[in-house]
Amino acid sequence: MLAYLSLLIVLPLLGALVLLFVPRQNNDAVRWIALATTLVELAISVALFLSFRSDSAAAQFVERVPWIPQLGISYYVGVDGLSLLMVLLTAFLMVIAIGGSWAGITERVKEYHIIFLILEAAVIGVFVALDLFLFYVFWEFTLIPMAFLIGIWGHGRRVYAAVKFILFTMFGSLLMLVSILALVFAHRDATGVLTFALPEILKTPVPLGLQGLLFAAFALAFAIKVPMFPFHTWLPDAHVEAPTAGSVILAGVLLKMGTYGFIRFNMPLFPEAARSFAPLLIVLAIIGIIYGAIVSAVQRDVKSLVAFSSVSHLGFVMLGLFAFNAQGMSGGILQMVNHGLSTGALFLLVGMLYERRHTRLIADFGGIAKVMPIFAAFFLLVMFSSVGLPGLNGFVGEFLILVGAFQANPWYAAFAATGVVLSAIYLLWMYQRVMTGEVTKPENAALKDLSAREIALLVALVVFIIWIGVYPRTFLDPIQASVTNLLNVVR
Amino acid sequence: MINYLWLVPALPLAGAAINAIFSRKMPRWLVSVLGVGSVGLSFLVALAEFFTVLGAGAQGVFNVSIYSWIPVGNFKIDVAFLLDPLSALMLLGVTGVGFLIHVYSTGYMAEDESYGRFFTYLNLFVFSMLILVLGSNYLLMYVGWALVGLCSYLLISFWFTRPAAAAAGKKAFITTRIGDFGFGLGVILIFVTFGSLNFADVFARAPQMFQLGAPIITTITLLLFAGAVGKSAQLPLYVWLPDAMEGPTPVSALIHAATMVTAGVYMVARSHVLFSLAPFSSEVVAVIGAVTALFAATIALTQMDLKRVLAYSTISQLGYMFLGVGVAAYGAGIFHLMTHAFFKALLFLAAGSVMHAMNGVIDMRQLGGLRSKMRWTYITFFAAALAISGFPLFSGFFSKDEILAQAFESGHIILWAIGLLTAGLTAFYIFRAFFLTFHTQARWTEDEGRKTESRHSPSSVVGHPSFHPHESPASMTVPLAILAVLAVVAGFVGMPSVMGPNFLEGFFAPVFGEAAAAIPAGTEWMLIGASVAVGLIGIGVAYWFYIASPEIPVNLAAQFKGIYTLLWNKYYVDEFYSAVFVEPGRRLAMFLWQVIDVQVIDGFANGLGRAMASFSGALRGWQTGYARAYALLMLVGTVIVIGWLMLR
Repeated sequence: MLAYLSLLIVLPLLGALVLLFVPRQNNDAVRWIALATTLVELAISVALFLSFRSDSAAAQFVERVPWIPQLGISYYVGVDGLSLLMVLLTAFLMVIAIGGSWAGITERVKEYHIIFLILEAAVIGVFVALDLFLFYVFWEFTLIPMAFLIGIWGHGRRVYAAVKFILFTMFGSLLMLVSILALVFAHRDATGVLTFALPEILKTPVPLGLQGLLFAAFALAFAIKVPMFPFHTWLPDAHVEAPTAGSVILAGVLLKMGTYGFIRFNMPLFPEAARSFAPLLIVLAIIGIIYGAIVSAVQRDVKSLVAFSSVSHLGFVMLGLFAFNAQGMSGGILQMVNHGLSTGALFLLVGMLYERRHTRLIADFGGIAKVMPIFAAFFLLVMFSSVGLPGLNGFVGEFLILVGAFQANPWYAAFAATGVVLSAIYLLWMYQRVMTGEVTKPENAALKDLSAREIALLVALVVFIIWIGVYPRTFLDPIQASVTNLLNVVR
Repeated sequence: MINYLWLVPALPLAGAAINAIFSRKMPRWLVSVLGVGSVGLSFLVALAEFFTVLGAGAQGVFNVSIYSWIPVGNFKIDVAFLLDPLSALMLLGVTGVGFLIHVYSTGYMAEDESYGRFFTYLNLFVFSMLILVLGSNYLLMYVGWALVGLCSYLLISFWFTRPAAAAAGKKAFITTRIGDFGFGLGVILIFVTFGSLNFADVFARAPQMFQLGAPIITTITLLLFAGAVGKSAQLPLYVWLPDAMEGPTPVSALIHAATMVTAGVYMVARSHVLFSLAPFSSEVVAVIGAVTALFAATIALTQMDLKRVLAYSTISQLGYMFLGVGVAAYGAGIFHLMTHAFFKALLFLAAGSVMHAMNGVIDMRQLGGLRSKMRWTYITFFAAALAISGFPLFSGFFSKDEILAQAFESGHIILWAIGLLTAGLTAFYIFRAFFLTFHTQARWTEDEGRKTESRHSPSSVVGHPSFHPHESPASMTVPLAILAVLAVVAGFVGMPSVMGPNFLEGFFAPVFGEAAAAIPAGTEWMLIGASVAVGLIGIGVAYWFYIASPEIPVNLAAQFKGIYTLLWNKYYVDEFYSAVFVEPGRRLAMFLWQVIDVQVIDGFANGLGRAMASFSGALRGWQTGYARAYALLMLVGTVIVIGWLMLR
């Protein structure tokens, strides 16, 4: 069998290596090589998706090679239903990110693309690692490229934002490292085997006394990443200052590492603790849904509006995951994909506007739909995907989450559902101020509508936005076996 | 024929999709052919389906599954259609009236630069409404429910460069979304309660599982009704509908009169099994319906914008329908839904024809005397006005009478009285509008030289405008004429028992069951007499006020200045909502952002950062850079660790 997963990790690194040898001034060659790399990567992950067996909950395409045998550390990768969609989403959004940087990035083009490809390898690694140490290495490895992306290619207060991003997530990941070590040593004490392999550690239940503490430490690390209220304040700063493609990847993929961490580690490793912590996490998730939406409404910067909306949407994901039933969990996982598509597309659109006007302030726009009708059409569609309009992707995930939450506790669903009203308020109001009315600012009068490249990128996103809305089974069916399996452990 | 049912929604969807992508590059005639043709074909298929149902008699209920949509655990939702007498009749109404309004739009929107976009939205709307009507489970109904809301948003703010239109579209979407919040929770509660969202399963299980008045059924029905209050513009969520008049007039006719706004009535009728089990909820439906009917009618009395009069009239007439379904007269509610679709669509289209002639002017203070200029518009508006006033043998007479009779017969005497009073007000305000528009002195001057441009976005001209009004083209007058015929004769399908057979009652039997016992003939005649009397009084007073003695309304307005101002300002409800919800909401949001986020959370994080900085600043003192100092420290450290290990 083909070593799909290693190929997925190595290929972007190879691409980055090739880029090292491309002459600095040949920016177009850099762009094309990077794009080709991500396209091949996408093709491989589609092949992976197609050859994935939906009826099994076990990890597939497993590869295992000893790395530091003395410490029980191995290069151990595999995918199951929980990680499959994340790999596909990453590979897809990376193509969009590279394509979306074509015109916007003109400084240090080569370094930019090298960093992006390294980031891709690291993120894929996070989603396929089955060894805790390997996971930690990949996890940390995503941090550095992202911080560079914000700090070097960002806007205004980019250094502050990059440092804030590093500090918040570093704090979390240090905590995670300590807990990984504690977990591994506890496992050795119980079984006499020193190993970092997750499937092996899962075979022996973690002592109840230790579960609460370790759950909390892991949860804190992941909650910062998600980010859950009240650990979210790094996100608006990071998004506002990040370059467009950085925001697409940050919102689309990196935040999902947090929610993924919860389902990959917190739930199966510490099921009893997960059950007792669930109400707390759900309450925080619901606060995040409402709080993020309300604060989003009064933002003056379109990007920070979308950033706060992410806090709200990821609250929905967390609510679904911790409802501990099939609908909530499936909805939560699907919503991770949906948020990646919708919010990724929103950031891309905002970026297109920024490239033309060099501002993101709502007050600087008005009447844009008149001068950029094609842009307006895409903006509308993506906006309603984010609002959760039936027929588009967001609805399927959101509704499944609410069905799941209602079964856990009707009040969860009642409070969370207010987010559905609020999302309409903040997005439609923003659309009204940016897109409708007469063009009042002379700078906006001659804006060019979308180019063929930009249309192609948006069409790619919109295809999936509609696909998931109309026929979600393509993406729901492969995750069912793993979801059922996980629920059996947790319940 | 049942195998072709999917074509009914698929045709308009295809029309919308093709026009959406290619209309910018296509000639107008092709856009029209696709837009109008798709709905026309859809109507023909719907007609065939209707006769299939009619021919099947009591067996006329068909389920057609298209594909499995969302299967997760025991939550299995299909995209599946239900064709029965109720949905078959709705299909005819949506595609039939929809087709006429599409034809009308080819004339009305002929000069608009966004012609293709208009037909894209209009076709998409027809598709969405058909999904709403055809869905065989609550989730699919909710899909259609939300999609018609989207189309309503898109079409109200169609002329988006006008800030008022953009604001009105947003207001409509958000206000109805508040109702949808309840509707969505209701759907989830149905699933949790019955383990299914299919109408067939839910309606079969509900009577077996629950007693009359079971709290859970009451909760479900109230949540569902919250959605209806938003979508069908009832108290307290009606505020979006008058503003929706910012959209093009064909949109007001199709979406905000004939079809979408009646979705709530359809939903309650469709869920009649649940509402019958929940007497309290039904009572709420009836009371809100009756009160809304009266409330909106009083506002309509003083408004000067012709389209706004019609908008408040629509809210009021929807109230009647809810009064009907609230007193378990489901067939009567749907009957009035149908006749209202004809005469109210006609009233709006005629108003649009007036705007077409008058360069967008819709303020009745600048109209008047148009009867000789636009014969067809005049005659058809007159027919519709008689129908809505309940003039004997016109369609509104039969349907309104049936609702009032059933309300009376079921013991809701007060609600019946409110309905009767409203009927009088209705006749008055509609004839007031009729006289002010078509009779009375022209409050504009003839200007032969000026060719009237076809501008339809509402415009206000200051003072005494001059125009050269003309009758609209055939593409607009023919739909008017067809609707006028329907508005006159459609009532005969549901005659009261004292006057003849009631076809509709028998037709609906497979859905709503056998009709209740007939009302005693004496009571029936008395009720008919009362309805006719108030209608005629209303018309008479309107004639007296606006034709015979035009000084009376002016004097009345001066004499009862307080009431007049209150009505003129629509009871200040918008101002109230703004002060109580919008403004405090904005302040709360600013507080959460500027205080909680920036000061509290970030303040804490930054404080932590500063503490770390000073802590590491202190540590920095240890980093002397001298190897011997480090060696000493290492030694000390090792001693401490070893000592601790030994003493442990």
